[in-house]
Amino acid sequence: MATEKKMLNCIMCPMGCELTVTIEDGAVTEVTGNTCPRGAKYGHDEIMSPTRMLTTTVKVEGGQLALLPVVSKSVLPKGKILDCAKELKKVTVKAPVKAGDVVAADILGLGIDIVASRDMAAV
Amino acid sequence: MSEMYDIIIVGGGPAGLSAAHSAVKNGAKKIIVLERDREAGGILQQCVHNGFGLHHFKEELTGPGYAQRCYDLIKDCPEVEVLVDTMVLEVHDNKEVIAVNPERGLMKLQAKTVILTMGCRERTRGAIRIPGYRPAGVYTAGAAQRMVNMEGYIPGHKIVILGSGDIGLIMARRMSLEGCKVQAVLEICPFSNGLTRNIVQCLNDYDIPLYLSHTITGIKGKDRVEGITVSKVDDKMRPIPGTEFDIECDTVLLSVGLIPENEISRELGIELHPRTNGPVVDQHRETSMTGIFAAGNVVHVHDLVDFVSDEAEIAGKYAALTALGKNAASDRDLAVTPGAGVNTCVPQHLRLSSESEAVRLFMRAAQPKRKVKLSIMSGGQEVMKKILPVVKPSEMISVEIPAEKTAALSDDITVSIEEA
Repeated sequence: MATEKKMLNCIMCPMGCELTVTIEDGAVTEVTGNTCPRGAKYGHDEIMSPTRMLTTTVKVEGGQLALLPVVSKSVLPKGKILDCAKELKKVTVKAPVKAGDVVAADILGLGIDIVASRDMAAV
Repeated sequence: MSEMYDIIIVGGGPAGLSAAHSAVKNGAKKIIVLERDREAGGILQQCVHNGFGLHHFKEELTGPGYAQRCYDLIKDCPEVEVLVDTMVLEVHDNKEVIAVNPERGLMKLQAKTVILTMGCRERTRGAIRIPGYRPAGVYTAGAAQRMVNMEGYIPGHKIVILGSGDIGLIMARRMSLEGCKVQAVLEICPFSNGLTRNIVQCLNDYDIPLYLSHTITGIKGKDRVEGITVSKVDDKMRPIPGTEFDIECDTVLLSVGLIPENEISRELGIELHPRTNGPVVDQHRETSMTGIFAAGNVVHVHDLVDFVSDEAEIAGKYAALTALGKNAASDRDLAVTPGAGVNTCVPQHLRLSSESEAVRLFMRAAQPKRKVKLSIMSGGQEVMKKILPVVKPSEMISVEIPAEKTAALSDDITVSIEEA
C-alpha cells in the first residue's frame, strides 16, 4: 500500500490551519491539523477534486470599454482553468451586455457557463 | 448664485457610491458625486477577480460586480447626480468645491456638507528607492492590472513581482492566466501580507516561487528591463552582501503598499493622522472641520471593500443629517487610542450626544497572533472584551460597542490586544 502525506494550508477562514492529509492508494484516509469540520472537508476535496472559480476578460465589440470582465457561474476543476482561460481568448461579444449574460455556455463541455460580471453599454 | 447641494461627494468609487446611497436613505435631496475617471466604480472596475461582497451584500461578487451593485442602488435616484471625467481641484472650508470637466470647464459648486472619498494610490519605485537604471517595464501592480483587465494590453511576458500583498498575488495569477511567465514573487518581510487563500490559489496553483525576506537590489537593462538582482535581507530588512542572485525578466511589477490620497484634504487644512495617513474622524466620519466628512481608503487603507461600504454609509447618513440640520449636538468628546498590540484604530475619537448610538471600531493588529483578547477600556474599566481565534496586521478587525454601553461612556478609550 502506497501511503503519502501532503501538507496543505486551509483557506476556509482567516485561521489558515496547516493540514496534513494522508493519502492511501489514491484515497484520502485522514486529515489532521484542522480546527473545524470545514477544514477536514477542504483537505479531502483539495486532494481528491480541487476546484477554482475562473475570472478573466473577453473582448467586446462596440462597447464603452475594450474588455468585458467575466466569471464562471460556479467552480471549475482546477486542472481545466488554464484551458478555459485559453478558450475565452477566442470569444468576442457584442455590446450592449448585461451583468449575468452568458458569454460562453457550457465551457469545454464542463457544464458551467461563463457570464458577464458587469453591464457594458454600447457606444 | 450657484445651486446649493446638500452633499458634494469627492470620488465615485465604492465609498462615494455607498455614501450617496446612504445619504438618500437618510433624507438628503440634492447630492452630486464627482468622479475623475470615465465611469463610476473606482478601482473595483479593474479588480476582475471574485471574493468581494460576502459581508456587505451577503454574496460573493467580482470587483466590477460589486461596483455595479453600488451603482445600481443610486442610478435611478433623482436625488443623485454622478458627474464623470471630473477632477476636483480644491475643497474649501465653506464647502465650496472647485472642479474641472471637459464639457463644463471650470466649475464652482456649493454644498452644505462634503464627503471626501478619494481612495488611495500605490507606492511607486521612487517611494522605495530601488537602485539601477530607469528602463521601461517597471509598473505598479495596479497600473498593470488596469492595462490587462480594462485596456487590453499586456505589459510584458516574463514577470517578477515585488511585494506579496493581495494585489501582487492577484496579479501573479492574472498574468499567468494571460499566458505570461511569472518568474517569482519577492517579499521583504519574513511573512506575506496577503491572504492564505491568495497564496494557495494565485501562487501555488501556478508553481510561482515566493521568496520571503528577499528584495530587489538592482534592475538591469537600459531601454527595457532585462533582469533583476535579488538579495536576501536580515531581520532589519537590510540586504545581506553575498546573497545576491539574478532573475531574468522583462517586466517588474511593484505591489509595495498603498497611500491614502489626501492632497485635497491637506490643502483644505483638516487634521491628518500620522499613522493612518488619512483624516482624523469621529464615529460619524466627520473630520476636524465641521460639515466635512471622509470615508473609505482615504481615511485608512482597507483590505475588504465591504468595510469601505459600511463606513461610507455612516458618513453618508451623518452628512445628510448635518445638511438637514438634524444632527444631535455632542456633549462629550472622547479620544480612542490604540493600546498594546493595536497599530491603528478608526474612528480616532467619539463625539457622543444624549442620543445613544452603537459605535463600530475598525482596527489593525500590530503583530500576527493566535488566541487573543481584544479589550476596550475606559476610565480604568473594561467596557467590553472579545476573544478572537487569530489576528493579522493585514486583516482589519471590526468591533461594535452597543448603544447601551456608549451611552455610559465618559472617559477616553483605549483598545488593546493581548494573548488570551
